Order: sequence, then C-alpha cells, then structure tokens
Amino acid sequence: MKKADIPLIINGRRIDGRLPEEIREVKMSVGEILNADGSARVSFGKTEAIVAVYGPRALFPKFLQESDVGLVRVTYSMSPFSVDERKNPAPDRRSIEISKVTKEALSAAIFIEDFPKAVVDIYENIVQADGSTRVTAINAASIALASAGIPMKDLVAACSVGKVGDILIVDLNGKEDNYSEADMAIAMMPSKGLITLLQMDGRLTKEEILQLLKKAEEVCKKIYELQRKTLLEKFKVEED
Amino acid sequence: MEEFVKEYLNQGKRIDGRGFKDYRQIEIKHSIVSKAEGSAFVNLGGTKVIAGVKLDIGEPFPDSPNEGILIVNAEFTPLSSPEIEPGPPGEEAIELARIVDRVIRESEAIELEKLFIENGKVWIVYIDLAVFDIRGNLTDASVLAAVKALLHTQIPKIENEKIVRGEFVSKLPVVYKPVSVTIGKYNGNLFVDLNKEEEEIINAKLVVGVRDDDKICTIQKQGIGTFSLKDVENVLDLAIEKSKELRRLL
Amino acid sequence: MTQREIVLPGTYIEERKGRKVVNCYVEGEKVFSKVLGILKVSDDEISVVPLAGKYFPKVGDRIIGRIEEIEVSGWWVDINSPYKAFLPLGEAVEEFVDVRRVDLSRFYDIGDIIFCKITKVTKNKMVQVSMKDMLARKLFGGITIKITPYKVARVIGKGGSMIELIKKKTGSEIYVGQNGIIWIKGDKKEKAIEAILTIEKEAHISGLTEKIAKMLGG
Repeated sequence: MKKADIPLIINGRRIDGRLPEEIREVKMSVGEILNADGSARVSFGKTEAIVAVYGPRALFPKFLQESDVGLVRVTYSMSPFSVDERKNPAPDRRSIEISKVTKEALSAAIFIEDFPKAVVDIYENIVQADGSTRVTAINAASIALASAGIPMKDLVAACSVGKVGDILIVDLNGKEDNYSEADMAIAMMPSKGLITLLQMDGRLTKEEILQLLKKAEEVCKKIYELQRKTLLEKFKVEED
Repeated sequence: MEEFVKEYLNQGKRIDGRGFKDYRQIEIKHSIVSKAEGSAFVNLGGTKVIAGVKLDIGEPFPDSPNEGILIVNAEFTPLSSPEIEPGPPGEEAIELARIVDRVIRESEAIELEKLFIENGKVWIVYIDLAVFDIRGNLTDASVLAAVKALLHTQIPKIENEKIVRGEFVSKLPVVYKPVSVTIGKYNGNLFVDLNKEEEEIINAKLVVGVRDDDKICTIQKQGIGTFSLKDVENVLDLAIEKSKELRRLL
Repeated sequence: MTQREIVLPGTYIEERKGRKVVNCYVEGEKVFSKVLGILKVSDDEISVVPLAGKYFPKVGDRIIGRIEEIEVSGWWVDINSPYKAFLPLGEAVEEFVDVRRVDLSRFYDIGDIIFCKITKVTKNKMVQVSMKDMLARKLFGGITIKITPYKVARVIGKGGSMIELIKKKTGSEIYVGQNGIIWIKGDKKEKAIEAILTIEKEAHISGLTEKIAKMLGG
C-alpha cells in the first residue's frame, strides 16, 4: 500500500486545512456549451468537470437499437493537462471502467423507456483533477441531463468518502485519494435514498462502511440542493 | 426462458432449485499450467476460468521503489460465449480485471515489499485470466482462480541477472486469502452466485471483496438497478457470511 | 404547489386524485415531475411543460417536415425528432397510383417541405403522418427555421394572437409546426424571423406582445 510522504491529518485538520467532514468549495453552472442539448460545469476545489449531453437522438447502427428502451452512453475522459504527469489522451482501462459504472449510475435514474430506439450520449471531460473526479463528473452530468429535458426519476448527486489514518473523511482531494486507507465513491438519488453508484477500495470494517454511507448521504443531500438551485436560477420564469 | 426465470424469482425461488444463499458446484484445481509460475482452474457451476501467474523482473514505480508490482489482465476468449468475438478486451473484461486486481491489491494479500530484488529491480507479478465459458458469476470464479494460483506460485531462481525458469527458490509471499461474493437483489430478496439466466434479469448487483479478518477490501456495484443503505448493510452481512465458505475451498 | 412553478426531475407535486398526468411519474398516489419544466395543475390534469428537450411526436399535432427518402409505397419524413415519420401513399395522394409505373417523386420529392398531421404513434415510436388533413399542404418557396418545440405555444400566442400579429405586420405567409419548425415566405420575412427568435429567447418575460408589436413597427 502506498504510504504518504507527509501525514494527512495534523491536529484534526487535513492537508488543505479542512475538517474531516468538510467538503471543498463547490461551483456549478449550466448551459455553457451552446451546441449541446444540455451541458454543465462543476468543480469541487481544484477538481473540475465539464459535461455535454446530446440526445435523445437516432441511434445507428441499427443493431444497437432496442425496440422498447433507449440507450445511454457515457464517455469519461481526462484532458492530458488535467494531471501532474501529462496523461496520454487515448482511453485507458481506468477511463473505460469509469465510463461503464457512470453509465449504470445515470441510467438508473433515467426513464430509458421514454425514448426507445434512441440514444442519449453523455460526454464527460475532466479539465483538472485533484481527487474525486468521477463523482464530480456525475454531479455535472445530472444537471446537464436535466437541462436537456431528459426524463429522470430524480437528479443524481455524488461524492467521495474515505478513511485516512483512523479518521473518516468526506470529499477526498488528490493526495487523500492516493494515500488513504480506504476510499469510496457514491452516487445516489437523494430524495429516494437509492444508491446508483458504489465503489470502494481499501480496508474497512462493515461498521465503518455503514458510517461512511451515512456521511455520504448527508453530503449528497447538500450537493443535491446546490444542483437544484443552479437549475432553478438558470431557468427562472417570471409571471407574464 | 426469461419470463420463466422471472416467475421463479418473483416467488422467491430459483430454477435450479437452489436456495438464495447457495453456491453452485465449485471445482478448483491448481498448478495445471506447467509453464506458468503459478496457475489454477475454476469451474463454478459451468463458468470456467484459468488464472495463470507469470513472474518477471522490472523497474518499480517511482513512488514505491521497494515494492513489487501486480498487474492483472483478463480475456474473454471467443470460446466462452456466442456473443464474444476475437479482439481486444471490451469494457466487461476490463472491469473484471480491475475488480480482481483491487480485491488482491487492497486486501494486501501479496507482501509486495518482499518482492524487492535490488535497487531498481523488483518482481512483477502478472495474473492473467482466461475465460473459457460464461455461465454466470464470472467475478467470484475469477477471484478464486487468481488467489488459488497465487497461493501455489513459486518465485524462480535468478542467476547472472537472468531468470532461470523451472527452478524455484521460494513461494510467493501471500498472507491473506481474499474472496469476492457477488450478490444480486431482486424483488426484495438477495441472491448469491447468479447463473447466466438470472444475470440477464437481475440488474442490481454488488461485488464485495472480503479478507480473512472480515474486513471489506472492495465493493463494486454493477447494473442499472439501485440499493438503499439498508440493502447495502444486508449485502455486507451476507457477503461476510459466504466468504468463509468460499475461503475454505482455497 | 402553485401554478407556473418550475419543477425539476424528482420534484414531488401532489396527490394524484384520479387525474391524468403528463411528463410526470406516479408512485402510489404521489405524483412527481419527470423533467425540468413548468407545472400546470388543474382539476383534470397534472402536467409539466418541459423547458427543454427534443420534439416527441404526438397524434393530432400539425407539424412541418422535410421529405428525406422515397420508398415504394410512401415517403420518409424528417420531423425534427429522434424519430422519423412515414407518409404512406394512401395518406398523401387521392387518386389511384400504380406504383410499378409511377415515380413517387412526382408527388413529393426529396427536399420538399410539407405541413402535415401526425395520425399514428406506436409504443416503439413508429410515426405516421397524413396529408389528408384540411390544413395540410406542400409548402413552396420560403424558408424554414427551427425553435425549441416548447416555445411554439408562445410564438402562436393566445388564440393565435401573436402569430397573426407577426403575419399582418410583415405581410408574410407563416406556418408553425408543433415540432418547432416554422416556415415563412414573404418580402419582409427577415423581420418576421427576428420577431420569432426574440419570442423564443424572451418567452418568459412580461410585456412581450407590446415589445414585438413595437419591433415590427407600431
């Protein structure tokens, strides 16, 4: 296991000064990519993701079409300049796996039966990476999907939680992501209490996992409120 | 067929007569590939996987200069299913390899620091999974095969800076026997070891990697279904319970 | 829940009470919104008018389409939707046509613009249109523009007031499709287009009718 070169928690504060249960500064905006049917930008501290949604649109080749439900496709990719050591732009195995679990996480919330034989394409780009990139991208994808008019059961909010030393923390930054005792990525439909993405690596007891899930749910609810606020402000309608 | 299986599942029954918590027949054989430094074959209810371990010498990663390296790869051979065509691994094979990697890596099963040879040289442990038949629950079968192979892997002799294949100096230092338990949720019930037909219907699955001390080292949700927090708790309980049974086979 | 409130996917609206729901989903008696849109509640219906999204064909809608492909017994029509529509020969032409002898492009050719009616939409979105509607016709000359389908009602206005205003002030011939395609012909069509695009952009702002009237010259 990789050991950090410096302690990750000193006097109850994390390396960026945060308390264990504190999330980074969150910024959200919607609708910047004019060509897309929906788009959004979300950042958690230095981690930033931009997502564009195209669809529903006709799906070709035809053999990919399912007659009674639509398809959701996700491409997660990191820009070469998003990390310390330049990342080769070609899709790597990690990006392919993240694209798959993200597709499953968002499909759980989308009414795919409302657009049979068609496809909704979601393109996620990580502009800058400082930990928790996949959940940041999911938060942006949710807003982008809603702004494109895609029918969903709920917005999807996501966050990361983990353990450094003996302390349970939320919203892991890059260093914490690399050197934590355990890290967990969660996405959920907050108003339903239903988890749509769950991945964990490390060493945790069952009790620790349950504690972390509760903390994650609280954080997801906060993110959900920010997502709703962002959408409502953008689409504000005055009485005529 | 699908409707038939669904009806059974709806009634809380399985078409092959198993209980929710029953695994199918499992057959495990080790050291079946003599050219590999370690190997194992698993037949889990018809799903067949061979794990082969090859050791090589290489440079360590810059941030862990005293540790060996673990690399896991998986291939669905075209023999395994009518839907698989020859070619590079698709997203399912990639996900499988990464899950097996995480179960082994995060459980710290291999003492990687003991794979240090000298400055700039460490042992690289390659685990390759070859899938020959897919009849459901490939993940649990693959983890069993990989860990069994590791438990019987030997480190070859080095002479004049070169590996002498076929001559061994020690066993690979493996201190844990992690297993994965994949659990599906359908109609309020939890099912273990989904067969091929069940996998097509049950769209909410959790893969749980469990270590000998009951610590959870990996979780991966699969499928477009959902889990409540209570569901996850129930899954973890069941996973820990079944992991002991699977570990006995190793 | 008040009227004209913006709702988001997953927003809880109210109890169903036997009403029809549009763009909503139901869990037991509870009605939730499926999309980002404006809530409209009445005694008979709970509906959400989407603020974004593609056009999904509905039976009865009058739309503007473009002939894309000619088949043996009809034409495929692009209707600005993820789904294409089919115009069967029997719904397009009155007389008997011997398909072995007659080239269908004689009636409708690739690129032709038509104002037609949606007569059938199956569960897996096979769409049929017909020219046998009173208002259906081929549109010659002119140009087409595309707006968000959900702004069409605003462009038409209450009882057609807005679109009539634009037609009168610019002397243009205008056809508005429910699918967001609008066809305009006339010398002052640029003014008409400007007005329509303004409505699309500022659909939610009050005093729009006066603003458009002023824009078009008194």
